[in-house]
Amino acid sequence: MNNEAEKIRRSVANAVQKFAGEPGPLLEILHAVQNELGCVPAEAVPQIADALNLSRAEVHGVISFYHHFRESAPGHYVVQLCRAEACQAMNSRALEEFVRGTLRLNFGETTPDGRITLEPVYCLGNCACAPSMMVNGELHGRVTPESFGAIAREWGVVP
Amino acid sequence: MSAPVTIFVPGDASACSLGADRVARAIEAEAARAGRAVRVVRNGSRGLFWLEPLVEVVTAAGRVAYGPVTVGDVPKLLAAGLLEGGAHALCLGDIGTHPYLASQQRLTGSRLGIVDPASLDDYLAHGGYRGLEAALAMPPLDIVRAITESGLRGRGGAAFPTGIKWQTVHDQYVEQKYIACNADEGDSGTFSDRMLMEGDPFSLIEGMTIAGIAVGATQGYIYLRIEYPHAARALARALIIARERGYLGANLRGSGRRFDIAVRLGAGAYICGEETSMLESLEGRRGEVRVRPPLPAIKGLFGRPTVVNNVVTLATVPIVLARGAQFYKDFGAARSRGTIPLQLAGNVKQGGLVERAFGLTVKELVYDYGGGSASGRPVRAVQIGGPLGAYLPASQFDTPLEYEALTAKNALLGHGGVVVFDDHVNMARMARYALEFCAVESCGKCTPCRIGSTRGVELMDRIIAGRAEAARPAAPKDAPHASRDAAHKADLALLDELCDTMFNGSLCGLGGLTPYPVRSAMQHFPEDFQRPN
Repeated sequence: MNNEAEKIRRSVANAVQKFAGEPGPLLEILHAVQNELGCVPAEAVPQIADALNLSRAEVHGVISFYHHFRESAPGHYVVQLCRAEACQAMNSRALEEFVRGTLRLNFGETTPDGRITLEPVYCLGNCACAPSMMVNGELHGRVTPESFGAIAREWGVVP
Repeated sequence: MSAPVTIFVPGDASACSLGADRVARAIEAEAARAGRAVRVVRNGSRGLFWLEPLVEVVTAAGRVAYGPVTVGDVPKLLAAGLLEGGAHALCLGDIGTHPYLASQQRLTGSRLGIVDPASLDDYLAHGGYRGLEAALAMPPLDIVRAITESGLRGRGGAAFPTGIKWQTVHDQYVEQKYIACNADEGDSGTFSDRMLMEGDPFSLIEGMTIAGIAVGATQGYIYLRIEYPHAARALARALIIARERGYLGANLRGSGRRFDIAVRLGAGAYICGEETSMLESLEGRRGEVRVRPPLPAIKGLFGRPTVVNNVVTLATVPIVLARGAQFYKDFGAARSRGTIPLQLAGNVKQGGLVERAFGLTVKELVYDYGGGSASGRPVRAVQIGGPLGAYLPASQFDTPLEYEALTAKNALLGHGGVVVFDDHVNMARMARYALEFCAVESCGKCTPCRIGSTRGVELMDRIIAGRAEAARPAAPKDAPHASRDAAHKADLALLDELCDTMFNGSLCGLGGLTPYPVRSAMQHFPEDFQRPN
């Protein structure tokens, strides 16, 4: 068995052991696996299904239903840009154009070097400080093309 | 060395989004350099977000506020005597006397920004757990009665009377019941749940515990959206403390009663804010809406009777028990009793949390509190109640923010979020966005929502393109203007019909209420939809 497959097997086994005794544990298990591996790889699905006495289709159905769960690992930086109304009221549409242009990414894409992933998000609860963005769990408020450009430069991206 | 000076720097997510973490570190570093001992407390936010990060220093004369503070300001502030409450351009004095706060009626949010959310002792010192104390001395049915009499209605958006819901769960003769707190605050323009969980998490824990005692439930779940990592940390910390101190667990304060709470994280699905979809998600499934009946109060989580309430609703419960149903009921207007934490957001100068008795008008909120638009341009519209709420034009800003008054205007209060737009907004684009959002977030169970939203986006694309085209001179190969005008009118009529189908035919509020923003935009801002003559 190669290292990658073994890592996935162990991660799932740990998550199952930790949560299988709780009622309705599937989301908890998926969170635990994704927190460790960065995603829920397709290889993990049969093992999770077996452990919970579910069909693979049921597990896959849950993974694909939720925007948060992913089947392949994202870039090192995950940029989540808010598209909701309060941010739009503060010109987030223009910011969105700028970010997409700077990173040369559409929503849901990762840079070819695998470093940056751009995702849409619908409200970060920071609506009085719009427009908002989250990068690897860190919230940014009142984002402007200039402030985003400064962050992008730190990542070596030239706006 | 003298006793350390206590400095409050909010750990609230919004304050952090404006640099509060860096400010806190800078204050510690600068104070250390000056050889001064400080104790930095990460409090919640007071909810005056244009002043964040708002730093408060505890002095002999009380708390002295400074804001908005940037990292660059810190050395100068210390030099100006920050630790003694010294004068500086950023000094705001006692923030509690600021008109924005002094005019509010903070009940649910009374401790926000004041207490240390990581300190149970602070919570107790500010009136915490008096509601539970009272509840433990009452027969469960009396607790339910107090909630019913207070007139408290669900603050998540549906405005259903909380007491009636509790009564239904109370009356089920089933051993296992649940309290499920809906903390999936996904509406754009809302953040009161988040502020409470981050700034005063024990109030939610206390409210849930009282609910458990009232209806006979021993287990609670907080379904928290994944977009709220700060709240997740604050809740996790508070739950551990509450358990250690006997405010949760097998023997609540020695009463022999049992109640505990677990936090379950969502996974980025707006629909899981709908209560039955949330229950599905809590059970580890796709968040597909359930057909009602049965009501969750009869057959809810894992098929058991379940109280499903929003964070603000549950965090309000302790006040009703501690101060009495009448005290709470005395606030409010008409059938909307008590206070509502309104959230002012979007293009507004002074965005933040405004908790007042029901009845404040849109105009008072947007201008007296908000100070008008952030851009300085005229306010053209507000959207009330999140992405499924109606847009109101300036001509209706006299409407009181109260359930029935808004219903009369074909609008909803929802979770109390008010998003301000200036005159740059294109209402046809906002209508398109409402339908697009519905398409992205639809659970797919019912056809009006799943298919209707997508057909609606296509229609809006045609309508927007039709307007743009009418502004151009006709090319020789084009159909004559008259027939294109007719096609445009037909599209608008079709959109209205589609809204009808979604409104009447959807299983839940996502498909059912998306027509609110679409139709209100069409009705109040027809100039953004019609072809110019």
